[in-house]
Formats: sequence, C-alpha cells, structure tokens
Amino acid sequence: MKNIRLVKDNVFGKIFFTLTILSISTVVFLGIGLYYKSIPLLNNSSLWNLLSSSEWKPFKEAFGFYPFIMGTLWVTAISIVIALPLSLFTAIYLSEYASIRIRKTVLPLIELLSGIPPVLFGVWGVLVIIPIIQDHLAPHFVEFTTGYSVLAGGIVLAIMIFPLIISILIEVFDNVPQELRDASLSVGATKWQTVKKVLLRKSVDGIVAATVLAISRAFGETIAVLMVCGNLAQVPNSIFDSGYPLPALIANNYGEMMSIPMYDSALMFAALLLFVIIFLFNAIARLILFRIEKSNN
Amino acid sequence: MRKLEENIFKIIMIACTLIVSSTLFMIVYTIFSKGLGSLNWDMVSKIPEGGFYIGKGGGILNAIIGSLYISIGATILGLVISIPIVIYINIYAKKNSMLTTITRLSYDILFGIPSIVYGAFGFTIMVYMGLKTSLLAGIITVTLLIIPILVRTMDEVVRVVPEDMKNSVYSLGGTRYETAKIVLRQSIPGIITAILLSFGRAIGDAACVLFTAGFTDSIPTSLDQPAATLPLSIFFQLSSPIQEVQNRAYASAVVLTIIVLIVSITAKTASKNLSKNKI
Repeated sequence: MKNIRLVKDNVFGKIFFTLTILSISTVVFLGIGLYYKSIPLLNNSSLWNLLSSSEWKPFKEAFGFYPFIMGTLWVTAISIVIALPLSLFTAIYLSEYASIRIRKTVLPLIELLSGIPPVLFGVWGVLVIIPIIQDHLAPHFVEFTTGYSVLAGGIVLAIMIFPLIISILIEVFDNVPQELRDASLSVGATKWQTVKKVLLRKSVDGIVAATVLAISRAFGETIAVLMVCGNLAQVPNSIFDSGYPLPALIANNYGEMMSIPMYDSALMFAALLLFVIIFLFNAIARLILFRIEKSNN
Repeated sequence: MRKLEENIFKIIMIACTLIVSSTLFMIVYTIFSKGLGSLNWDMVSKIPEGGFYIGKGGGILNAIIGSLYISIGATILGLVISIPIVIYINIYAKKNSMLTTITRLSYDILFGIPSIVYGAFGFTIMVYMGLKTSLLAGIITVTLLIIPILVRTMDEVVRVVPEDMKNSVYSLGGTRYETAKIVLRQSIPGIITAILLSFGRAIGDAACVLFTAGFTDSIPTSLDQPAATLPLSIFFQLSSPIQEVQNRAYASAVVLTIIVLIVSITAKTASKNLSKNKI
C-alpha cells in the first residue's frame, strides 16, 4: 500500500516536471518556429535592408519594413505619452490620497476595463475617436484627414494600457515603506512634496518597468489598431497621418500570404521582429520588478 | 505656495482618476447605444443566411457557438496543462529554487507576448503538421495564449496557502501528491477566478484565431472544421460598407460585451464569496 502511494507520488512528480519544462520551453519554440519560417526572407536580403527599406511590393519580392516599424513606433509613442501621465496621477491618487472606499470602487472598474476584448476598443475607436478627430480636432491642423490615423490608434491603445500601468504602479507604490513617507511628513513636507521627493524617487525603477511593459503591450496590439489606424504603408509625418503598424500588417494579409512567394516568410519575419522586441522588453521589465519585490521581502 | 501646489496637483490627480474610471462606462455606453437597436432574437439564434453580409437575414449564432467551443476547449486544455505546472513549482520543487524562479519569469514573459505572435506561431505549426484552419488549431493556439494567465493567477493563490497546512499533511505521512490535492482544494476560489479570467480572454481574442480557426457561416460539427468567432465576426461586419451590416456589427459587439462583462463580474464576485470560509 505504502509503495503504491510513493510510486504515485514519484510518477506524478516526473510528469509534472516534464510538463513544466516543456511549457516554459514554449518561449524557445516560439522564437525558433518564427525564425525557421523567416529564413527564406533573410537569405534573400540582408537584415539591415529589410529594416531600413521603404519599398513594400510583395509581387516583386521587395519587403521593406521601415514604414511599418515607424507606424508601430508612432502609435506606441502616442499611446505612452497619453497613458503614462494619466496612469501615474491616477495611481498616486489611489495609493496615497484616496480613501479605501474610493480605491475599492475605482480598482474593480479598471480591472473590468482590462477584461474588455480589443475588438470592442476598436469598435469604440471607430464610433467615437475617429469622428472627433475627423470633424473637430484635425481641421484645426491639417487640410484633410479621414480620421483614421496614428493619433486614433494611440488614443485607443492608451486606454487599453491604462489598466496594466496602473495596477503595476500601485503595486510598486505599495512596496515603498510607510516609514519613509512618515519621515518626510513629520519634517513638515506636504503630501505632494512627499510624493514628489520620496515616493516617486523611490519608485523610479518600478515606473520604468511599468512603462516598458506598457510599451511592449502597445507594440503587439493588433485588432484595435488595425481598425483605426488607416493601414497605409507610409511613414507617418504627423499624428493625423495614417500608419500601418506591424501587427496590423500581419493580420491584414494572412489571407494572401500563401499565394505569393516569400510573402508568408515576410509576415512571419514581422512576427519574429515583434516577438524579439517584446521578449527583451518584458524580460528587462520583469527582472526590475522581481528585484524590487525581492529587496522588500 | 506649497498649499497651492498641493491643491493643483490634487485636482489633476482627481481629474485623471475620473477620466480613467469613466472610460469603461464610455465604451460600454457607446456600444450599447449603437448596437441595442439592431439586436434582436434572430441575431443570436440564427446562422447567417445567403447574402447575410450584404444585409440579408440571419444571425451570428455561428460566431457565438464557435467562440464558445474555442474558449471552453482552450480553457479545459489549458487547465489540464497548467494545474500540474502550478503544483510542481509550489509543492514538488524546492522553494525559491532556480527552476521555480525561471518558470515564474518565463510565464511573466509569455504573458506579455501578444496574441498575434501566438497566432503566427500557431499558423507555422499548422502548416508544418499539414493541418488546415480548424476548430482544433484554434483551440490549441488559444490554449497557448491562456496558459500564462492560468498559471500566473493560480500560482498567486496556491503560493499563499499557509506552510503550516502543507506541513501538517506531511506530518501525517502524506506524500507530496496527496498534499497537492489538499492544497488545490484550498485554492478552489483562485482556480475559478483563473478559469473565468482566461475564458474571458479567450472569447475576446481575435488575432490568434484569425490565422488558425478560420471563419465559416456554419456551426462546426467536428474538430477539423473551421470555426467562426465573435470578435472576427464583429470585425468583418464592421469593414462592410453597407449600413445594415455595420449595425449588425454593433449588435454583435453588444453580445460580446454582455458575455465578457458577465464573465468578469462573476470572476470578481466568485473570488470574493468563495474565499470567505478560508482558514
């Protein structure tokens, strides 16, 4: 009887171990799989050429990713510029000023927001943001725009990354020892001065990590930006120009990619590019957060 | 001067908090006010009839059922894979060992990988294995996407099960496997939250299934048939130039919003109520 139990314990242990190892190697498989599919393209032209060329003519086997990379960067930059201050102030308010009751009302709302599917943000963007840009905002600056622009993408993305930044920031702020705040308040600093001089200074690492994670989230978001960015393969010159971010490129062309030679390889290369960048960003951010957590325990 | 600065920033902070917390209402309100008008019983009970995408009759039952199949299938498959992982890193492996740290870090990273990358990866596997776009391929890809959510959420709960409890099982002569069963029973609220969260994510995801599940107007009857999904159905209908079809996209968005809100709110209340009797 005893033996069977021990055998069971061991067997399950081995199975669980194998599963764990297999599943964390998904990261490696992801990289290898996408790289394997990109080889034909990489053999055809140099990496530098792919990244810096603007010529996108699949039929001529010319694949320049520059416009798409720029599209992604514009959209991401706009979203961070909007989301970071808003999230930072909200997180400070919720963790330092707000009563428990307010915190308990607002946090669930933010959590619910994080559960809303991307496609619904896209629908909202099309219904609300696009008309606002087209009719009210853009006419003051440019002559003509359809509203489908990197600005629209940035705004929609900003709302999508609020919940992520805020939840990480609140965790980071909660990790700052209360004694530090008390010390600052007791020498006569106001609450805001304490926030500025103590809390923010203590949390620089955490804020950086939250931003990096938000950037990588914005980088990979697909359906929502696909719906509002306009998808023109050009390098945007202003926030009212259309852009064509990498994820949108992949999603939009999956149908045709098997019928044109090299096209599938090019799209998989785009996915590989996203994977590598996001992997690095995530790894850096998580290591920073890991260190913060560790230093507090 | 200091007082003034304090007040100015306080007002800014309150304004930001208000903006952030009102976005959820703005989005839900916009979708409901646009979509409720076109929502009718036919929409949710019929599959598309001929000419559905040029404004003729039918509904989006194909997408609703397809989405449910994929999300439920992926959640079950995901649980089967992720529960053993959570048990391994919390009970079998040594505390704070290299492996547990690496596992947790890998899942943090995998959690951040966007669904379009999973979709592209799923597609390469599909091509490699000679599969066509199908329900099965969709389920497998979405499973990859939600395993990190399942593992992270369950790990958070299993991790805080008191050490004393585990030790008392050991002291009665229990094996690690038997301890795992006790610990899991203790973590049921967390597991339910994890299930609902990943289900919500699975049903809302579009980029993953775009490559792998395909799209069809009929309800799949076996795993090797393509399946439609709600987010894609919304996306395709919205890209139509015909007003009628666009209105249906909004109505479909209402359906998706309702499903997602129910799932998220249940997840919140479930974890609250079920954990009341925790030791």
